[in-house]
Amino acid sequence: MTDPTPFASMDDVLGTAEGWLTEGRKVALATVVKTWGSSPRPVGSRLVIDGDGAMVGSVSGGCIEGAVIKEAFEIMDGGAPRLMEFGVSDEQAWDVGLACGGNVQVWVERMEA
Amino acid sequence: MRGDIFSKLQTARRGKTPVTLVDGLDGKIQALVFADRIEGDIPEPVVKEARERLRDNKSGVAEIGGGRWFFDCHNPPLRLIIIGAVHISQTLVPMAAIAGYEVIVVDPRASFATAERFPNVTLIDDWPDEAMEALKPDNRTAVVTLTHDPKLDDPALEIALKSDAFYITCLGSRRTHAKRVERLKAMGFDEATISRIYAPAGLDIGAVSPAEIALSVLAELTAVLHAKPIVAAAA
Repeated sequence: MTDPTPFASMDDVLGTAEGWLTEGRKVALATVVKTWGSSPRPVGSRLVIDGDGAMVGSVSGGCIEGAVIKEAFEIMDGGAPRLMEFGVSDEQAWDVGLACGGNVQVWVERMEA
Repeated sequence: MRGDIFSKLQTARRGKTPVTLVDGLDGKIQALVFADRIEGDIPEPVVKEARERLRDNKSGVAEIGGGRWFFDCHNPPLRLIIIGAVHISQTLVPMAAIAGYEVIVVDPRASFATAERFPNVTLIDDWPDEAMEALKPDNRTAVVTLTHDPKLDDPALEIALKSDAFYITCLGSRRTHAKRVERLKAMGFDEATISRIYAPAGLDIGAVSPAEIALSVLAELTAVLHAKPIVAAAA
């Protein structure tokens, strides 16, 4: 018997983070901590990003990942962790585009080896 | 996330030990709260909240003692136990695995339960009652019997009905199920208990092929999962 559930591995964001850290990559983790309204991904959804912009997982339906990644680069370079908020009430977030009309808070932090 | 906390979190996840990762949203404090111990220094009310949320499998933010905290619950994956290494199982296994379930297939018949037919899944070739006793279904476990054969399905069902399994279904027509109900009554199960079985299996989406039937079962299982709070297994 090999890995019992290889299909699930695509969802193992933390496992990916662990692997990347072992390879010596810079890694940031974004986690959905709070949602209001019709946000696409539930609390606890995760996105992991490395220094080259590789990413696994998601914190939305693809609407805010770009903005999160931009922030993640700063944070993985030694920036303090940050709580990012996106929603229709927020001008900047509207630009980023949570088209579903929901609000979401995302905690972005550096992963230490 | 601190390296030592992350490493301990991963160890717990691999060992299927329920744990809540607690983040102070000021970025200063991180801790792990297990059922029986704590890694890190956090106030007692925060520990209490972490344990309650772990039991309810409810991640989220709470304000406690003037601070904002994120509670990230890591319970072991939901399990799906399939009795019968049949054609439908061959499609249900990968679908359920993609949906995040830890899938276990039980079938004592050597010609069915082969690694060739079921690559990459935990295959148990014990009799269903023995296998089920060892697997101990809990309230984060679904049980699906697919053999059509009472001598394989019934012993598994007997243990499933005595457990807290959140979803139980059995393949078979209404007539087959009526006979099953009679056998279960003869075994001493009351009607309320027997009515925990979803029959006929799956949502009525007109499923015909094995993959479509698997899809309808997985859809029903998902509906049942989200219609009520699913609580964490006892540690």
